Amino acid sequence: MIGAVVRTGWMNLRRDRAAWMLSFVVPIVFFSIFAAIFSSQRRSTPRVTLLVVDEDHSERSKRLVEGLQAESALKVTVEPDAKAAEAIVKKGDAPVALVIPKGFGASQLTFGPRGSDSPKFRMMRDPSDMIAPQVASGMLQKVLFTGMPDMMMRSGIDDLERFGGPLTPQQRQNLDRLTEMLKTQKPQKQSGDLVRIDVTDVVGKKDNPIVAFYAAGVGVMFLLFTASGAGGALLDEAESGTLDRILSTRVSMSTLLAGKLLYLWTLGVLQMIVMFVWGALVFRLPLMNHLPGFAVMTAATTLACSAFGLLLAAVARTRAQLGAISTLAVLTISAIGGSMFPRFLMPEGLQKASLVLFNSWALDGFINVFWREAPLTSLAAPVAVLVAWAAVFFIAARYLARRWETA
Amino acid sequence: MTAPLVVINLVKRFNGRTALDGVSFEVHEGEVFGLLGPNGAGKSTVVRTIVGRVRPDGGTVAIFGGESRANVGFVPQEIALYPLLSARENLVVFGRYLGLESDALEKAVDDSLSWSGLSERANDITKTLSGGMKRRLNMAAGVIHKPRLLLLDEPTVGVDPQSRERIYQMIERLRADGVSLIYTTHYMEEAERLCDRIAIIDHGRIIALGTKDELVRSTIGEKREVVMVEKVPSLEAVFLHLTGRELRE
Repeated sequence: MIGAVVRTGWMNLRRDRAAWMLSFVVPIVFFSIFAAIFSSQRRSTPRVTLLVVDEDHSERSKRLVEGLQAESALKVTVEPDAKAAEAIVKKGDAPVALVIPKGFGASQLTFGPRGSDSPKFRMMRDPSDMIAPQVASGMLQKVLFTGMPDMMMRSGIDDLERFGGPLTPQQRQNLDRLTEMLKTQKPQKQSGDLVRIDVTDVVGKKDNPIVAFYAAGVGVMFLLFTASGAGGALLDEAESGTLDRILSTRVSMSTLLAGKLLYLWTLGVLQMIVMFVWGALVFRLPLMNHLPGFAVMTAATTLACSAFGLLLAAVARTRAQLGAISTLAVLTISAIGGSMFPRFLMPEGLQKASLVLFNSWALDGFINVFWREAPLTSLAAPVAVLVAWAAVFFIAARYLARRWETA
Repeated sequence: MTAPLVVINLVKRFNGRTALDGVSFEVHEGEVFGLLGPNGAGKSTVVRTIVGRVRPDGGTVAIFGGESRANVGFVPQEIALYPLLSARENLVVFGRYLGLESDALEKAVDDSLSWSGLSERANDITKTLSGGMKRRLNMAAGVIHKPRLLLLDEPTVGVDPQSRERIYQMIERLRADGVSLIYTTHYMEEAERLCDRIAIIDHGRIIALGTKDELVRSTIGEKREVVMVEKVPSLEAVFLHLTGRELRE
């Protein structure tokens, strides 16, 4: 009987051009727009979580760590070693880690070009957060300037003695030579930095990483729109008297809702497949490398979205009401859950609060698959949360649907 | 033999308003039982209670002596069909919902299309059909599983005389096949033509029940008043004379 309900849904959909458009064409258009926008966009950010590993353990490195910790733009956590810090960045719990190299305390800070013997800072970053590494890098330079004035002064005198001397003709010549050398030198990315930084991407090493990151956001948002729109068929049936007729046959309300849930699930899965295949073909989304994770997350996410769509339909009294409620609900939870705007750019409190929303778990799961390339076991928590929410939504929808049962 | 339907003392209140106030009647095997009454009298509530869509506050409904509704067909007043599906697809859907499968379903769909005169339009999308065709398809979807008791809630609302004539023929064929029917209508001539017995319901109570002659005797009495009138055919007779009784669609 559930199969009959599923078939009916598909038969109806076949003739509904608007639903086809909403399910398959509009998401592709939006996907393309979002991908184009976010591929080139840069944004400012509030407080950045920075992991710091002190491999030097010198007086100077300790003062640097203290200086970074005093920065209001940073939330600094000291990690024991680079491996632990890298694991945390890979997991997505921090966007960037800074390793203070051995020998930093004994080296000179210079304003000009350095020799290859000066120790290099290492920065391990998650490129999905485009801002955090830049903020961390800037803060590092700032702390070196403002947080360690005695060192800067000493470094300056050293430089003066090194290049200026007591301003003899010979020293003047030396300074002129240096000036000429600086003039002819090609601009370097970190030519003005006090220390050299070697930046490494520890996740998201892909041809087109930003698309991989945002595909999930757009996909989940449109799953919600499709599910709430298609769930409205229940209201059409109620308004036309068809629901009355169906419930006078052998189909019970529970069977009908279960069939509709399964129909919405099949529709949603197909929609996600179409979207991600489009992403793979046009935007080089690495779908084929992550098929098992994609399948698991698509199945769980679509289940939760479908049940949510049914719940919205059960809450609404008319189609028009459903349109208003679902637009508001979907746009709101999409914004807070991270579909429109990355969660790491949100205030910390909002980031935590968004974990209440099922779609933020869906996004985390997809990001684990496509971005962090995490193992399937990492999907256990998102999948469990999504299935639990699906059960809650379905039970709530069933409870509210009592109004359509016997009067 | 167990009666197809026995309704005893049905009571139903909606938000304190009494919709049914002790309704009792029995439908005999193979008869067409008419339920007449003005709007809001309680006709549809009686029908919806029998098909299980309304839970009565009191009273009982026995269908062939039991509670199973497997042998009940229901044709609602609304065109309760999927507008984007074809006529055939709608029948397939409701056939499945009523428990039919594979060959039996296919045969039932073909029979229903033929019975309703829609074989030629089987693959047309329902929303493109005329009002009369939709009404006939609405009926076909309610009888596809060949019920022994059929409830028809104003099945001729808004149809042209040709379609109404066709619907009468469909109902007469059901009666000939031994199906018991409950028929609600506003049209007196319909009730006179089709119904073996008639219950008149008002304010949730049956105020008269019997054959047409019995109702006349019990309300107007045996007195006859002879009035000489020039017999003028009804407008419907004129219309049918001019346009014929053949279905146009």
